[in-house]
Amino acid sequence: MDILRRNNVTVTGNPHGPVVVLAHGFGCDQNMWRLTVPALAEDYRVVLFDYVGSGRSDLTAFSAERYASLDGYARDVVEVCEALDLRDAVFVGHSVSAMTGVLAARQAPERIGALVMVAPSPRYIDDEGYRGGFDEQDIDELLASLESNYLGWSSVMAPVIMGNPERPELAEELTNSFCATDPEMARIFARTTFLSDSRDDLKSVVVPTLVLECTEDAIAPREVGAFVHRSVPGSTLVTLDATGHCPQLSAPEATNEAITAFLAGRR
Amino acid sequence: MMCRIGQEPDPQGADGARTPDAAFAALLEDSAEELYETAPCGYLSTLMDGTVVKLNTTLLNWLGVERDAVVGRRRFTDLLTVGGKLYHETHFAPLLRMQGEISGIALEIKQTGGARMPVLVSSVVKYGSTGEPLLIRTTLFDARDRRAYEEELLRRRRAAEEATRQAEADRARLQDALAALQQALLPSTLPEVPGLETAAHYHTASPDQLGGDFYDVFAVDGKRWAFFLGDVCGKGPKAAAVTSLTRYTLRAAALHDPDPVAALSTLNTVLHERYSGGDPRYCTAIFGIVEPDPDSGHVTVSLASGGHPPALVLRADGTSDFLPTPGGLLVGILPAPRFTTATTTLAPGDTLLLYTDGLTEARTGADRTALYGDEALRAFGAGHAGKPPQAVIRALIGLLDGFGDGLDDDTALLALGAPAGPRPTATPVPATKNTR
Repeated sequence: MDILRRNNVTVTGNPHGPVVVLAHGFGCDQNMWRLTVPALAEDYRVVLFDYVGSGRSDLTAFSAERYASLDGYARDVVEVCEALDLRDAVFVGHSVSAMTGVLAARQAPERIGALVMVAPSPRYIDDEGYRGGFDEQDIDELLASLESNYLGWSSVMAPVIMGNPERPELAEELTNSFCATDPEMARIFARTTFLSDSRDDLKSVVVPTLVLECTEDAIAPREVGAFVHRSVPGSTLVTLDATGHCPQLSAPEATNEAITAFLAGRR
Repeated sequence: MMCRIGQEPDPQGADGARTPDAAFAALLEDSAEELYETAPCGYLSTLMDGTVVKLNTTLLNWLGVERDAVVGRRRFTDLLTVGGKLYHETHFAPLLRMQGEISGIALEIKQTGGARMPVLVSSVVKYGSTGEPLLIRTTLFDARDRRAYEEELLRRRRAAEEATRQAEADRARLQDALAALQQALLPSTLPEVPGLETAAHYHTASPDQLGGDFYDVFAVDGKRWAFFLGDVCGKGPKAAAVTSLTRYTLRAAALHDPDPVAALSTLNTVLHERYSGGDPRYCTAIFGIVEPDPDSGHVTVSLASGGHPPALVLRADGTSDFLPTPGGLLVGILPAPRFTTATTTLAPGDTLLLYTDGLTEARTGADRTALYGDEALRAFGAGHAGKPPQAVIRALIGLLDGFGDGLDDDTALLALGAPAGPRPTATPVPATKNTR
């Protein structure tokens, strides 16, 4: 199978620079990094991809069983790294992808040399002695919202976009296409994301890790950021002056600055 | 969209006379401010971080809150349900940032008192002169009726999906039950008959329907064995009931009097009596008795036919001929029908083949209009003459498979052969069954 095609892998930036992999979270696709890529392109080789079931990935490769756990998504990461034969890459994961990165680094330690966690949360649902910010009912509401909003996705258009990889403008023209997802696959990704519990996995991280949190994040509150920082041995925590769950879009300068400073420290 | 602010009406007439046109114009005169406040939709302006800076009276009334409690104090996402907030953060906000606008997103706002109101939300980003985003303008439409309708559609879709799943499960269960019933109508294995080789095959045309073909081989006494093969008219449960009755009647009749005509006559009496009302049921059948001679290796066959296609005899010398039984009548229609008898002797290497008309009436040719026919079967038999029953049946299964969708009826095959070679050996042959 052509992994690069399956995960709609884009490689850009400085071909001789150290490798940075940018991974989108639940919701949209690799376009989430459009304001990040320019800041990295000069010095780094930048790898972007869509998880199977998101963006312009090969939807026929989707498997409800595989993607019922974050390990399935982590295998996407490892397989992309293998397909490009990446070594010692810096993995930048947004939201749930921060945890996917932890799992991928454990599955293939030689491939991933450092982690940047952007607005991470190891568990969204409240638990005894832990506040994730949500209960299961909230997740059901989210699933209902997904069901009510198809965001430009249609079973008629999906094959047109998928079948014309050489004509990306077809996808670009469609409103909301960055977040257009097959509703059933979005539902599975949502459940896998919001019902996951990766708290124990954080302790196993052995690579240098940067945790980026926002001052006001409706999904990953600051106490979750503090929890992640506390749990990942030797991690660095940076609080971005940003509102919302997507600082790479709402506060791109601050986000890029924090990421490039961390990357520069590794060179 | 009803939220667009119309153009100011042109002043009508310099003299100020209240012509009908002027009165209409005065009615149309509507201040932009009043339209903003009382428009039939909610208006909301926020900073880029979502902090509410302005909203109209319509939206305040929907929320059931005072202006001061919201402006500067709440963010847009604070007005949403928690699920809606999650959706906003994962889809709405990133898209708005990337596209500068987003429209028609279904969300719910929280009302004072805990109720939720479905709304359709559209937002645009207002940019400054240098392209920097300044604020977000949002419009909310009342979507209560629309959402109720959509939920109705969703409910129906889920119900339809559930019904489909249920139907598929029921169909699978029914097919299992039918397969079990069908097997009960046929012998699971043929008995070992010293000095005789046997083989059989049953092709089921549809897993959804019980077929009406049947066959059996069983011992009559120490020297003789009875066999029969036939075809009940029709398909489905009613035909299967007749098939069952037919099989056990023939078995019992043969034990009472193994003469072929007597056995078919008993069956005729039973069917005619049982189905004499408005639902006549009948069948075609060949019933016969075989008696292998252990000394010569020959097998004598005497049979009777009630309206059934003639048996085919494949000789060891490579010839193949029908064993004619013309004029035999259907079993179960008339009170006292005539059945036609025939006898033959199978020499070592000879095989007697019984079949139902699913085989000879299979549609062939590119357009599936020609029938396979008797002559083609005879020629096929000649091509396999000299082979033992199992090999003949195997060849016929290949033939049936080759018919593809031209074979649309159940087909039963039964072959009885005198073993070739010096010593007659009885090989037990399991009945094969094909449910393609």
